[in-house]
Amino acid sequence: MTKLLEVSGLTAHYGDFQALFGIDMTVEAGETVAIIGSNGAGKSTFLRSLTGLHSTRGQDIRFCDQPIAGMAADQIHKRGLAMVPEGRRLFRSLSVEENLLIGAAGKRKGPWSLAEVYSLFPDLKAKKNNPGTALSGGQQQMVAIGRALMSNPTLLLCDEISLGLAPKVIKDIYEAVPLIRERGTAILVVEQDVGQALAVADRIYCFMEGRVSLTGTPDSLSREQIANAYFGIGEAA
Amino acid sequence: MVWINSVIQGVMLGGLYALFAAGLSLMFGVMRFVNIAHGDFIVVGAYLIVTFIVSWGLHPAIGVAMVLLLVACAGYLNQRVLLNRVLGKDILPPILVTFGMSIIIQNGLLELYSADSQKLQTGWLETTSLQVADKLAIGLLPALMFLTALGVIAMLQFIFYRTPLGRMLRATSDDPEIVPLMGGRNAHTFALATGLASLVVGIAGIWLAMKTNFDPAAGPARLLFAFEAVIIGGLGNIWGTLLGGIILGVAQTIGAQIDAGVQILAGHLAFLLVLVIRPTGLFPKVSH
Amino acid sequence: MTMIAHTQSKPVLQFGASVLILGGALLVLASAPFWAGRAELRLLMEALSYLALAQMWNLLAGYTGLVSVGQQAFVGLGGYLFFALAIFGGIGVVPALILSAFGTAIIAIPTGWLAFRLNGAYFAIGTWVIAEVYRLGVAQVSALGGGSGISLPVDIARSLAEGRAEREMVMYYIAFAIGTASVLLVWGILKSRWGLAMTAIRDSELAAETIGVNTRRLKFSVYVLTAGFTALAGGFLFLQKLRITPDAAFSVNDWTAFVLFIVVIGGLGTIEGPIIGTILFFALRQVAADWGTWYLMLMGAIAIGVMLMDKRGIWGWIAARTGWSLFPTRRLL
Repeated sequence: MTKLLEVSGLTAHYGDFQALFGIDMTVEAGETVAIIGSNGAGKSTFLRSLTGLHSTRGQDIRFCDQPIAGMAADQIHKRGLAMVPEGRRLFRSLSVEENLLIGAAGKRKGPWSLAEVYSLFPDLKAKKNNPGTALSGGQQQMVAIGRALMSNPTLLLCDEISLGLAPKVIKDIYEAVPLIRERGTAILVVEQDVGQALAVADRIYCFMEGRVSLTGTPDSLSREQIANAYFGIGEAA
Repeated sequence: MVWINSVIQGVMLGGLYALFAAGLSLMFGVMRFVNIAHGDFIVVGAYLIVTFIVSWGLHPAIGVAMVLLLVACAGYLNQRVLLNRVLGKDILPPILVTFGMSIIIQNGLLELYSADSQKLQTGWLETTSLQVADKLAIGLLPALMFLTALGVIAMLQFIFYRTPLGRMLRATSDDPEIVPLMGGRNAHTFALATGLASLVVGIAGIWLAMKTNFDPAAGPARLLFAFEAVIIGGLGNIWGTLLGGIILGVAQTIGAQIDAGVQILAGHLAFLLVLVIRPTGLFPKVSH
Repeated sequence: MTMIAHTQSKPVLQFGASVLILGGALLVLASAPFWAGRAELRLLMEALSYLALAQMWNLLAGYTGLVSVGQQAFVGLGGYLFFALAIFGGIGVVPALILSAFGTAIIAIPTGWLAFRLNGAYFAIGTWVIAEVYRLGVAQVSALGGGSGISLPVDIARSLAEGRAEREMVMYYIAFAIGTASVLLVWGILKSRWGLAMTAIRDSELAAETIGVNTRRLKFSVYVLTAGFTALAGGFLFLQKLRITPDAAFSVNDWTAFVLFIVVIGGLGTIEGPIIGTILFFALRQVAADWGTWYLMLMGAIAIGVMLMDKRGIWGWIAARTGWSLFPTRRLL
């Protein structure tokens, strides 16, 4: 397998506050990887760093064998890294279809098109002319995922896509993940819902206080190990 | 009949004010940016067209094309090189930088063209009018000016709601932080917005030159008219801006009918009245 | 950390230096009538008036975030009220100046009520429109000379003092009082409860509201206060000119653009900034006033340059590097 994303020793600061302390991570082509961890563990900061929203100048991040650290967000996006941001962040003055089309502004070639997104999320087609923000939470999340897919990414980052949604809706959304994989897109999800993460991911990274506290495949990890890595309890014992 | 005449003249004048206002409204809409030198840029457009057509003797069509091309490019570059660097939550830097530009432009024009007032003579365009009734005539020039305003606003509406550029402008206006994640380049998008606004500023400047006398210090008053039209019409509503311009224009011509000295004051008072009654403007944007 | 070491070792020395600098400056200014020639004295009077305008604009924009480009409204109103009170009211010069300041502050209440309906940059332009309304309105009042303005009768100026030299000395001390009072007023406010609230607003308006600061009322009070003091300086400026016209009284360039440049170049949000800005502005004017339009273009370019290079202005830049402060406003806990 070829390495798609290689991060080594990534740090991040907000002023005097250090949020990440040397994160190492790899994502291989076509893989689904989940990052779990409690609030404030640095998961979102990690994604923001990957996408260029948080500066990573001088650090070591390679994407498709090219260094991308310190690049502007739109340049990183052009190389095939798209994100579904936390809280969906749909453009409120754009219709559903316009939101999707914005995603295609970079004009990358690939399997995804309006028709493909509508076949992945059939609910959206009927509402394509509604303002994105008039939809239900789950449908908004579908628009946000579709918008990211429209750029035909090789790696899709999803930040807390189940946050604030009903279990049934979360299930619907996560049903799309294997369909996205089928088209060759690797996925990196950040998820607080550990069960959901274990169900979809090939590999798990657990973050705690800005460090990777545990990593492995879902079936190789015990519940206890995960609880320790997640909450940091029982470490000394 | 004189009053009806005043109202009609006011509506036509409102077209000019809508042209003044459209660029200001567009820049505020996309990047929450108020350009204090907006009126001065309009006056620069007016000086350019006079220079090209009268001083250089160029064919009017070529002159117009050159003005529009020049101001649109200048607007793009100004945003890209300078103004983007002061955009942000703090409102003071953009106000101050454009205030500085305003002073530089006014004094630069004074140095280049002297304080004498100028006007672009348009010959038969100016003297032709349609006699609707006794004491009621609609001049060809004001009518064309109003139609230009309608055309420009329809064009902006089309660009905003029917083109990829407009989609990107609206998206950037909604959430500039997230747009780069979709591959948008904010610096470029902002510069395009200013370029487009400057194109409209150029059109407004050309009409200013044909409609009235102007001098190097004519800019600030145009900024204020533009601002008033935007606020009266309601933020974010481009057709509202046209109506705002018309209300301002009618208030001014009716004021002038009462006493020539209170024309401008009447416009300002109409604006303040709207501010008292409905600070969000008469036709604020309704979310669709 | 080095920052803490800085502030711990310096205060004593710095306090002495501040007293020395401020005391020296006060002494030089207070004795000006005895060493300065007529032209210098006139220049100093103007500079002290501008210092007051700059301190007021700085208090408004630098501490409450209200960016007004319509302060010429209050300069003009102060000037016209002063002329009206002195000419038609038969009131003495100094009481008329003070009354015109209070009168303008009262007018600033409905004015502010209107202007506060707009936010941010639109507030700025709104204040400008209102200033224009006052200019055009005053031009309609024929008793005040309409558009061509009105002169102050000679005997009113004479009532200050008989001889010309004495008169100029009295005038100078009025300007001296206005200039120094503006600095002390701002300093006093910053050390008061208002000052604490303003700092809270500057750090985070939302946070300030949640701890019970009524930001709107505070901003409004500052707006009215600065209007009154701006009018005091305005009244004096036109007492010095002896003639007032709507265009001169409500000039956006003279009373707002230059004041903005002074504050921003010197350093917004500091008491020292307007002082340094005023000195620089008048020094530059002495050198470059003959350049005419080029001088004004240079002013505009400098203001743009400061915004692009370091928004904090000259004093902000110095203070950030040295930790100096001539007017300590922080309370020692």
